[in-house]
Amino acid sequence: MTRAATLAWFARHELRLAWREWLSMITAGRRRRTRAAIIGLALFGAIMHLPAWAVVGRYADLQPPLDKTALIVITATIMLSWALMLSQAIESVTRVFYARADLDLIMSSPVRLAEIFSVRIAAIALSVTSMALLLATPFVDVLLIEGGARWLAAFVVVAAVGLSAAATAIAITIVLFRLIGPARTRLVAQILAAVIGAGFVIMLQIAAIVSYGTLSRFAVLTSDAAAAIAPDPDSLVWLPARAALGDPQALLILLAAGLLLLGIVMMVFSPRFADTAISAAAQGVSSRAGAQIRSFRGGSRQQALRRKEFMLLRRDPWLISQTLMQLLYLVPPALLLWRSYSDTSQAVILITPVIVMAAGQLAGGLAWLTISGEDAPELVATAPLPAARIVRAKIEVVLITIAVIFAPLVLALAWVAPWQALATTAAVLIATISSTAIQLWFRIQARRSQFRRRQTSSRLATFAEAFSSIGWAATAALAIALPEAAVICGLMTAGLLFAAWKLSPARS
Amino acid sequence: MTPESSALAVRGLTKCFERPAVDGLDLVVRAGEFYALVGPNGAGKTTTLRMVAGLLKPDAGDIAIFGIDALDDPIAAKQVMAWVSDEPMIYDKLTPLEYLEFVSGLWGVDPASSGHTARELLVSLGLEPHLHERCEGFSKGMRQKVALAGALVHDPQLIILDEPLTGLDAVSARHVKGLLAERVRRGGTVIMTTHILEVAERMADRIGVIAAGRIVAEGTLAELRQQNGRTDTSLEELFIALVDVESAA
Repeated sequence: MTRAATLAWFARHELRLAWREWLSMITAGRRRRTRAAIIGLALFGAIMHLPAWAVVGRYADLQPPLDKTALIVITATIMLSWALMLSQAIESVTRVFYARADLDLIMSSPVRLAEIFSVRIAAIALSVTSMALLLATPFVDVLLIEGGARWLAAFVVVAAVGLSAAATAIAITIVLFRLIGPARTRLVAQILAAVIGAGFVIMLQIAAIVSYGTLSRFAVLTSDAAAAIAPDPDSLVWLPARAALGDPQALLILLAAGLLLLGIVMMVFSPRFADTAISAAAQGVSSRAGAQIRSFRGGSRQQALRRKEFMLLRRDPWLISQTLMQLLYLVPPALLLWRSYSDTSQAVILITPVIVMAAGQLAGGLAWLTISGEDAPELVATAPLPAARIVRAKIEVVLITIAVIFAPLVLALAWVAPWQALATTAAVLIATISSTAIQLWFRIQARRSQFRRRQTSSRLATFAEAFSSIGWAATAALAIALPEAAVICGLMTAGLLFAAWKLSPARS
Repeated sequence: MTPESSALAVRGLTKCFERPAVDGLDLVVRAGEFYALVGPNGAGKTTTLRMVAGLLKPDAGDIAIFGIDALDDPIAAKQVMAWVSDEPMIYDKLTPLEYLEFVSGLWGVDPASSGHTARELLVSLGLEPHLHERCEGFSKGMRQKVALAGALVHDPQLIILDEPLTGLDAVSARHVKGLLAERVRRGGTVIMTTHILEVAERMADRIGVIAAGRIVAEGTLAELRQQNGRTDTSLEELFIALVDVESAA
């Protein structure tokens, strides 16, 4: 086989692996679900055209030359997409480094490693870009239908942005490896992946709250102040926006820049890719030399269980990144709350559903980790304490963690609006208990490392958990603003929980 | 033998999945004995021991551990025994010492003494350089040693091990065997399944041969030879003869 043929063959192999990993993620590893998953995905894509129409439909008629405000909004949207793709790409790169088991095979084969790893880098870029194109399709479709074929350029912009995001992600991850080592890179990369995408939106919201007292991120983008400090319309800064509107020159430059960046990353980093991947595969957590041998702590058996759960939660990188993201989303409402001390604005009501929603979602993740994600189930099952007490200790861990995270925010709320704080506390408690109960009803035996894919193991549990959190968040908000409606919303959410219980394996 | 004088007394134990996995099995293991349970793949060894350890509910039969009815009072039965599976299940994010602290807490052992015991156990298993490392980077052998230390830290009267030597290198296997032999010398009872017949031959006081969910032969090596009329043969040859007879039946 010629070198070119070998590379083409390896590229096909990489793409097949990426496709199967993606398919396994959406079908929870059950091949029989493939057709149903693809139909579900197609339906989801079709439905997504509705919100896409609501979001971008009004921009379809935009024609160059654009004013500064339009340029700012389009550029910010492209930057947000880039941040989200970067986040996704960092996650993909980390997975390739840590989870692929084919390294020994590739390293021992008679191929040029730099070329093979260049193909692997290109495959990562391609899979990130394909995912971005897939997600962007409903939005671009709406622009195409409403505004004409010139919006086809938006697909090329998405591809160019995807290529540059993947290249940046690879560079960031390999540089992190060199700087802080494989063990810490895994944690830092996961945290970065979680916060980069959310961070952009949150920064805009914070700016909007500080400047205008509103949570709307468009307030900043469409403000006169932003337009005043923005560069002139012919500046290079607006190149992506012009490319999206179909300017062929801008489009070519943007695509060339994306490809060039990826080429540079492949050239510079592919020779190091092998070393980096080997370090990741061989990583061991360094010993704390000279660490003191302390005596074991006493206490009841449940206390031992709780201590173990807290320790494992503290050391879980996925949980840390997810929690951090949830907390980041709480920053804007917290800021709004802080502003409300000297303000009689009703905007403070918005805080309640955000807190309740975050608590419900976080409780679901915590409950999965403690109840289903038990790495030594046989040890716990053969321990001399009743199963009910084991479950109780695990539930206590979820409740305590949620209380520690959300109590400061609720206490601050109590200072401004005591009744609202009371309603928020009750709703946080109910949402937490509901999410935990759903995890109990749908419990499965899994390893903690499967946490990232927990949503795919039971779609029913995932939807029940999400709708329960949304339902209780809405109920809490209505309880403050419109109590009669809150009763109906609460009953509907309770009904949903009842349905989830009826359908759960715990009942059968 | 009274149930109290036996470490394990199993009577009429039955478990069916799609077909009978354990079929009315009777088994008595004396206190202070090293008992090896051998048998071909799918004979019912693991299923039997998982029922004894409380991990599986039997369809029928009785299990008594030091006279405690394990089905009526599983908590009391679990208090005096430990289970080690062939696939060591430990926590990647805990260090060996933290893991042993957790196990001690679960079994309600006095923390003052268990800390010292835990360190001694880990050192004796050659894990001293790794006491403060998280288990995530450990090899299969190291993980098996941590699991074994976890089983011993609460000083159980009965230790049940399912293929504990699988995947261990020669040095690690020797460590583990030494530790188990020492345990029996000090009055503990060990029940172990193994595919390595040489280990059963050299270490066990008595050997039980299981096939198709039933004990088909039991005794010391000499007794097994006598029962089969082969006075000068290895356990491997005896085992093949016994299993062949059973499968032909």
